[in-house]
Amino acid sequence: MELGVFVIAAAMVIVGAVGVILRPNPVHAALSLVLTLFGVAVHFVALEAHFLAAVQVIVYAGAIVVLFLFVIMLLGVDRTEDITIEPFKVQRPMALVVGVGVIGLVTAAVSSSRDAIGRGNGLEIPTVTGDNDSNVRQIARSVFGDYVVAFELTSVLLVVAVVGTVMLTRRIKSGKGES
Amino acid sequence: MSLLAAATPTTTWYLVLGAVLFGIGAVGVLVRRNPLVMFMCIELMLNAVNLSFVALAKRLGDIGGQTTVFFVMVVAAAEVVVGLGIIVSIMRRRPGATADDIAQLKG
Repeated sequence: MELGVFVIAAAMVIVGAVGVILRPNPVHAALSLVLTLFGVAVHFVALEAHFLAAVQVIVYAGAIVVLFLFVIMLLGVDRTEDITIEPFKVQRPMALVVGVGVIGLVTAAVSSSRDAIGRGNGLEIPTVTGDNDSNVRQIARSVFGDYVVAFELTSVLLVVAVVGTVMLTRRIKSGKGES
Repeated sequence: MSLLAAATPTTTWYLVLGAVLFGIGAVGVLVRRNPLVMFMCIELMLNAVNLSFVALAKRLGDIGGQTTVFFVMVVAAAEVVVGLGIIVSIMRRRPGATADDIAQLKG
């Protein structure tokens, strides 16, 4: 059962991710990104991070991808681009080398540190912190308790991002005419 | 130790899946020329890291991993907002620009 969930969700993640980088049309790439994000949300549920799974679907698939699609439509770049054009001949083989190297090195690091994270003994911890509180309650205690300063700084970050974006994309209507 | 004994997904599986997802995202950033698709590949890499965080939070019994993922999501949202604002203001000036065309700021 758990194995089936893992395999199906992992297939969703990998297929979506490959679709993002191989689809010539940006709209198709964004929809492939939705598939990947849902697969990661399924993994979150399997890992008993229920609150994060909900946030993943709502914020990522619901807000960020919609924002991507909105910008694609706004800019009118929803045409199929020719991804066979490659200005630097060596870039794609080098990128493949980098990707395979990253995957290989991280996999080697994970497999060499299996003693620290448990040797094939499964996910035996029933709940995350061991007590019977719900996941949302545990996260709330953590966010509003231990990490409350970071939480407040996050609000500053969001305000700065929103104000900065408005300033960036504003058309200046001063008396100098067309600039 | 047989492979069939480890038929339930372990933390290592999730970490390897995160590594694969991160690698695919890195290749996408390096290969694609459309700035929007490059942003999507950055989202892929952030999700790979989130998956690793949640897997280790479950394995180590520490809710702090999930809290970190929460903050990563907030930062990702802010980053997408600012990045798409920059892309919109660039594309408005020169439609159809790719990442190679936006190299004017160098030197």
